[in-house]
Amino acid sequence: MPSAISEKNTDILRIAGVEFNSRLLVGTGKYKDFEETDLATKASGAEIVTVAIRRSNIGQNPGEPNLLDILSPDKYTILPNTAGCYTADEAVRTCRLARELLGGAKLVKLEVLGDKKTLYPDITDTLIAAETLVKDGFDVMVYTSDDPLIAKRLEEIGCVAVMPLAAPIGSGLGIQNAYNIRTIVENASVPILVDAGVGTASDAAIAMELGCDGVLMNTAIAAAQNPILMASAMKKAVEAGREAYLAGRMPKKQYASASSPIDGMFL
Amino acid sequence: MNIVLNGDPQLLSGPMSISELISFMELTGKRIAVEINLDIIPASEHNNHMLKEADQIEVVAAIGGG
Repeated sequence: MPSAISEKNTDILRIAGVEFNSRLLVGTGKYKDFEETDLATKASGAEIVTVAIRRSNIGQNPGEPNLLDILSPDKYTILPNTAGCYTADEAVRTCRLARELLGGAKLVKLEVLGDKKTLYPDITDTLIAAETLVKDGFDVMVYTSDDPLIAKRLEEIGCVAVMPLAAPIGSGLGIQNAYNIRTIVENASVPILVDAGVGTASDAAIAMELGCDGVLMNTAIAAAQNPILMASAMKKAVEAGREAYLAGRMPKKQYASASSPIDGMFL
Repeated sequence: MNIVLNGDPQLLSGPMSISELISFMELTGKRIAVEINLDIIPASEHNNHMLKEADQIEVVAAIGGG
């Protein structure tokens, strides 16, 4: 536990045996160009960045840099996602292609979606895909609902991190069920990260104050008026929330408690 | 020879390896993965693996996503 922010960080996030200093994970979608992606990612201080896997078509911007030329796997831990997958089979297929694409890297973000309107996770297929991927040797970080029992089940299957939503993907509504997130954290023996639904810095701080091990976000940064400034704000919010959690907040009281002593009053 | 490349029918004039297909797509040296008829073909086999009639080929890359 850090005793002061100026000291060397000893508060390490460990995912699948790998150590990270940053507890903010960021997506790379929805930016206006690669320069903005690059600058916002740098400003966030993130060490883990998510990417999507898609068809590379003939004549599709030949000669233009590829995302992984901008965000090099030598500098960042690349976390391929299964966004857009609506069945366990689609998600498993996507993860296997991602592993080939990334030279055998085993870390994946599993998300199996239920419907296009809510992008809510399909839990039955998420469980099936998680079991298959864990057996196949993947390190699975799994996007799920904020159901504490399902979160525990995904941990028992062998997922290396469980990532409940704060609110629907891209909604920016913030943490809708703080009590469930806290219960998930209390029950867990793998890292718990809030993934999806964060809208602004205070949402990220609240997630961390609840005891989450990290926060994963994309739209909250990319859709801000100034994404690079918001990335910096999110970095600070995650750090502030983490330190507040470790520091242990004061108890809440209904009535006032004077901060200045009564003794020595001269009136 | 007819193949389906990333969902689109393609007519190839003659025998072609995966490496040659990738070159035709101007993707040589890019970080990609190739799947043929739902089987991933490792990069180490791209030079020797020849495409066959009616192969369903997917060539994928990493793009921005959350």
